[in-house]
Amino acid sequence: MNTAANETWIILGASSAMARAFARRVAADGAAVLLCGRDAGDLAAQAADCRLRGASEAEALAFEARDPSTFAPVIDRAAGREGRINAAVFVGSMPPQAAIDADPALLDGVVADSHTGPARFLHMLAPLIEARGGGTIVGLGSVAGDRGRLGNYVYGSAKAGFATYLSGLRNRLGRAGGHVVTVKPGFVDTAMTWGLPGMFLVASPETVADDILRAVRRRRNVIYTPFFWRYIMLVIRHIPETVFKRMRI
Amino acid sequence: MLWKSAEYSGWGRALTATGEIARPERMAGLEAALAGGLVPAIGMRRSYGDAALNSGGRVVDMSRLDRMLAFDPATGILEAEAGVRIGDIAAAFAPRGFLPPVMPGTGFATIGGCIAQDVHGKNHHSAGSFAQHVLSLRLRQAGGTIEVTPGGRTAELFRATAGGLGQTGIILSARLRLMPARGDIMMVTERRVAGWDQFLALLDASTATYSVGWIDATARGGGLGRGILEEGETGTGLVPRRDRFRKVPFNAPQFALSAPVVRAFNTAYYRRVPESGRTVVKPISDFFFPLDRIHDWNRLYGRRGFHQFQCVVPVAGAPALRAMLETIAASGLASPLAVLKRMGPGRAGHLSFPMEGYTLAVDFPNRAEARELIKRLEDMTLAAQGRLYFAKDSLARGADIRAMYPEVPAWQKAVAKADPEGRLATDMVRRLGLRTAR
Ligand SMILES: Cc1cc2nc3c(=O)[nH]c(=O)nc-3n(C[C@H](O)[C@H](O)[C@H](O)COP(=O)(O)OP(=O)(O)OC[C@H]3O[C@@H](n4cnc5c(N)ncnc54)[C@H](O)[C@@H]3O)c2cc1C
Ligand SMILES: NC(=O)c1ccc[n+]([C@@H]2O[C@H](COP(=O)([O-])OP(=O)(O)OC[C@H]3O[C@@H](n4cnc5c(N)ncnc54)[C@H](OP(=O)(O)O)[C@@H]3O)[C@@H](O)[C@H]2O)c1
Repeated sequence: MNTAANETWIILGASSAMARAFARRVAADGAAVLLCGRDAGDLAAQAADCRLRGASEAEALAFEARDPSTFAPVIDRAAGREGRINAAVFVGSMPPQAAIDADPALLDGVVADSHTGPARFLHMLAPLIEARGGGTIVGLGSVAGDRGRLGNYVYGSAKAGFATYLSGLRNRLGRAGGHVVTVKPGFVDTAMTWGLPGMFLVASPETVADDILRAVRRRRNVIYTPFFWRYIMLVIRHIPETVFKRMRI
Repeated sequence: MLWKSAEYSGWGRALTATGEIARPERMAGLEAALAGGLVPAIGMRRSYGDAALNSGGRVVDMSRLDRMLAFDPATGILEAEAGVRIGDIAAAFAPRGFLPPVMPGTGFATIGGCIAQDVHGKNHHSAGSFAQHVLSLRLRQAGGTIEVTPGGRTAELFRATAGGLGQTGIILSARLRLMPARGDIMMVTERRVAGWDQFLALLDASTATYSVGWIDATARGGGLGRGILEEGETGTGLVPRRDRFRKVPFNAPQFALSAPVVRAFNTAYYRRVPESGRTVVKPISDFFFPLDRIHDWNRLYGRRGFHQFQCVVPVAGAPALRAMLETIAASGLASPLAVLKRMGPGRAGHLSFPMEGYTLAVDFPNRAEARELIKRLEDMTLAAQGRLYFAKDSLARGADIRAMYPEVPAWQKAVAKADPEGRLATDMVRRLGLRTAR
């Protein structure tokens, strides 16, 4: 087991409630955190918070998934640090499907935020992890990526693409001692779901963060969180397409 | 979505509100929510009644604005956002030798809620109330954000804000002085107390930093006022950690807290401590937040919810408090949760609850007989020149409250200046006519 103190976690989308809960947990273990996102003021406050909770170091860095010029500075920063480099990707966006239906141009943004932006970033990071002979990547997929549903299939397809990317990356980094954990949350009580109709079995961001950390320690490949979503999605994936295409779920 | 329509309630679940809630994840989100005007702030809704409710209106839930911002180990001063929970501060700082200076009986209470109710802890007799340890706070009002301190030009605004039920503005963050602690465990001495007179004598004589009495509110006659006195000091060492929480997954049926069940439970709870007393070592959270280990324990009272009656009476009012306990015991309505404490004089605001004397807190299921009983207890409190606690209340009458809190007019004046449009009024404030009645 690695000692957390010489580990660095790059956290993309650090302003998300799930990311915040996860960052606090690794901070409490003494890891260093690079908090990356778009709200500099908030990231600075969170960096202070992580330090007070035990992080050996915490830094706020700019990251915009739609602007790849922001990627290299983050990776350089990580490369300048000793020890093991890990990354956790919480970036993603889910505009209402109706808004995308009204303005198809929104599709590009969803895919950039939830799939291509983070994937390109991880692709730039992968050589560093290989060079260090280890390191863990956590990528947030979603149960929405397991099947295209009427209600949010653009977001779902971006998450499906990202999950497939993560699967390939796991195959690659495993050869160099690295590891990739794909996390598929069900409904989580965050800004993304606040006030949305039809929420049930909603988990707290803290519960999800605990599950992610456990999966990292046990080198799990794909987890559903909370765990019961594995069974819900098992059922949903097995509904024949002829039936599924007429369903509204 | 910024605003969520929801039905929500206080911890007692006897009172509910329907309205819109915003729950910003960061300060920029708070400003977005306030773009349409100021609305009342709520914390973790650990107040039992309607202090954190706004029927038909909007509220902003501060619980996600929970960053600790700065700490100076030389002075023990911590700056933190208003949504930080007391239990999180204790968990993060006890290993480094500091604790929140005042901790209520639940670690889920936020800094904002602790200031707005000027809460007290098991060390009130020596440490005073929560807001007495606040050095400054940032208050968001209609016109912008200002810094408020207990001294200087903002002293009067501070007195209206501490214990002021959120009526002067939204507390964004605060600087408070943590208290040195020997470590992150508690050495707790527990002893049986045979009855009322002995209880008061022991509480008066106690020199412990933390002390609290559990009282068997079902015991009558010679056993009236029997219970267990717990006295605690912080210490260092190792205790087995128990991080797993239990959960009450559904509303309990009525019989769960019926009189025979409670009597049997209380007797067993009393006897659990050997006659000669004992000293036990516990994790800090087990001593300060014993009920937090069972998430959603308020569901034990079933759908209709429950009330907590809490009053404080001056030292000279002790006989009246004894009479209240007799009335409670005779009613057979009390739950196992009953607490007796000695209070010191410490209070920071016009509407702060504490006064030098004794405080009694007892839970009752939300039934007509219990509400009647509580009315009688409120009358007895008033006659004894005591007061009721806003954090627990859902039944009091405005006229009684104004008689119990002589500083209401001073508070009203400051509040009228701080929130001239009355945007911050909550269900409790309206029910008690707190801001309007003279
Ligand atoms: C099990 C249990 C044990 C308890 N033990 C004790 C005890 O020992 N001593 C004690 O004193 N109390 C005790 N309490 C009561 C509790 O400490 C108070 O009700 C406290 O205010 C709860 O904090 P909260 O964050 O949940 O605030 P809420 O209940 O959500 O709000 C309380 C008040 O504060 C205002 N408010 C909240 N946040 C802000 C903000 N940021 N800015 C402005 N106003 C704000 C609200 O408008 C409301 O008026 C206990 C409660 C429980 C459930
Ligand atoms: N909540 C759920 O029920 C749920 C379920 C399954 C999966 N997920 C996934 O879990 C992750 C965390 O989401 P959340 O629920 O915590 O919601 P969230 O608060 O909306 O988090 C999304 C994060 O992504 C960031 N982001 C979006 N677009 C970006 C861009 N172009 N560049 C940089 N950052 C960008 C956001 O940054 P800003 O703060 O700057 O906007 C935000 O921090 C997401 O990937 C989400 O898809 C959520």
